[in-house]
Amino acid sequence: MTATSTPVRRSRLHRREHLAALGFVAIPLIGFLLFTLYPLLFSVYASFTSWNGLGDPTFNGIANYIQMWNDPYFAKAMWNTFFMMIGIPIGLIISLVLALALNRKMRGTTFFRTVYYVPVISSIAAVAILWQWAFNGDFGLINQTLALVGIDGPNWLMDTATVKPALIIMAIWKGLGYSMLLYLAALQSVPRHLYEAAALDGANAWNQFRHITLPMVRPVTFFLVVTSIIGGSQIFIEINIMTPTGGPEFSSASIVWYIWQKAFSQLQMGYASSMSIVLGLIIFVITVIQFRLNRRNSFSID
Amino acid sequence: MSSSTSALAPTGGPAATALGAPPLAPDAGLPGAPAPERGRAPMSRKGRYSLGNVLVTIVLSIGAVAMLAPLIWTFSTSLKTRDSVFALPPQWIPDPVIWENYLRVWTAGPLASGIQNSLIVACSVTIIGSLFSALAAFAFAKLRMPFKNVLFLGLLAGLMIPFPTIMIPQFMVFAEIGWVDTLLPLIVPGMFGNIVMIFFLRQYLATVPDSIIEAAKLDGASYLQIFFTLIFPAIKPALAAQFILWFMAVWNDYLAPIIYLNTPEKQTLQLVIANFNAAYAIQTDYPLIMAASFIALLPVLIVFVIFQRQIIESVALTGAKG
Repeated sequence: MTATSTPVRRSRLHRREHLAALGFVAIPLIGFLLFTLYPLLFSVYASFTSWNGLGDPTFNGIANYIQMWNDPYFAKAMWNTFFMMIGIPIGLIISLVLALALNRKMRGTTFFRTVYYVPVISSIAAVAILWQWAFNGDFGLINQTLALVGIDGPNWLMDTATVKPALIIMAIWKGLGYSMLLYLAALQSVPRHLYEAAALDGANAWNQFRHITLPMVRPVTFFLVVTSIIGGSQIFIEINIMTPTGGPEFSSASIVWYIWQKAFSQLQMGYASSMSIVLGLIIFVITVIQFRLNRRNSFSID
Repeated sequence: MSSSTSALAPTGGPAATALGAPPLAPDAGLPGAPAPERGRAPMSRKGRYSLGNVLVTIVLSIGAVAMLAPLIWTFSTSLKTRDSVFALPPQWIPDPVIWENYLRVWTAGPLASGIQNSLIVACSVTIIGSLFSALAAFAFAKLRMPFKNVLFLGLLAGLMIPFPTIMIPQFMVFAEIGWVDTLLPLIVPGMFGNIVMIFFLRQYLATVPDSIIEAAKLDGASYLQIFFTLIFPAIKPALAAQFILWFMAVWNDYLAPIIYLNTPEKQTLQLVIANFNAAYAIQTDYPLIMAASFIALLPVLIVFVIFQRQIIESVALTGAKG
């Protein structure tokens, strides 16, 4: 009797646990199915249709993708989006230098850490507005600062040559604190004895940096590069606020800006969907590469 | 020398940092504790060290000015008259100081309703969403369930899907049920939880021993009781940090609101200030625009200053886990 009742009791307990667990995970799962997976599948379908958002989508094969291939604005938006990623390596180098500086034993590092992080938490809409004002050709903060050293600054956001650099400068300013913070955390986890041993062996500061610091922060660099590319490929808010028409001669229109424009201004939902699928695929590929490289990294260590 | 550095390279591998990076040491950057340098010539070394510190501090200060200048400039502009905005040379300290701009701004546009809408969205999403996320994290970390890891990985895979890829069908669905131009499309999806938060709370729960949960189960506690009496207090610090980060993200959101909200009185704060920017730039009323922007920046700035240690530590941890 007792020998048989125990497993029965146990499996009933297990079932109770399974049900509770299922109940707890059900809500995010349902949210995922309703608001992510279903729209994703529908996006894939809509990308093969002609759809103005009012009637039903009508299947038109790969016409949207052919249109995209021949669309100079799409190519331009893609080019602009990737061009603006030049800021990523620049920002990473500056933030690594900042992190090295803040990793020293000295006064005020907590204060600096906080100050450099302020742009990160600031609302991007407000930041875009104030930078638009700062980039004003005649009265902006940037050109007035340049005038102090005798440089006659351009009309940043109205000039095809400077609108992208202007957006890059702003993006670096906004993101510096975040990458600096992650680098700082990585630097603080480097065991001191590595540097002590290297110093005993006569390695100078540059060699210590090259052979200890850089390898130790490599995972963070990698993480930052990938998340920055994913974030950068979705740049929209700055463009929408600072150059509402996509900039002079379409020179600051990003891919998300163009998708948004096509879908919600021109009601070309099918075409916009196909572009959004291409964007999703790019991000998917970047993420997969990250996973593969990450795995290879950890293998080479273990 | 070359042999010693190459021998170091394998030990300094990345895996250790990826997993073992601790949050920032609480005493990081605090004064005192002179560097225990025991080089061959301690005096000169120490001298170089402090000179270096002075130089680094100067460079960091210049950088800090560059970081804060646009924000200070915003505040300064918000207190100017419409004409002194264009004064040359520029005035950092406005003369005269026009505090009235901060009164004018409330009637110049739907700023108050913008704040109210943003609060409604951010509070309802984060409070309800955090509860559901915490419950899910509890189940994923501590409860037995078939296909648990498959479900978790499926949710994580969802992180790869960018919002622009799904926004068009999502918009059409919400248009179908008449939710466009209401706050519901911004609130409802978020209330179902946040995968990033589930991920971090699950990690955090790995440090909570299973035995206390088993003990509670034997005492006949229900799973909800276990959650509220044992799990919730244990994850409180992690939950608070993630909550603040999520709140700030929702507060600063722009793409979803711009798609769904048309009527000025229904827009969130970020849209309201963007419309201020578009409308008043034509009238060159920059003080008004800057006052509205500064009001939009202020709540998050205050939250950041109060909770800066928790925010910074949990962000540092985020990167280490990534």
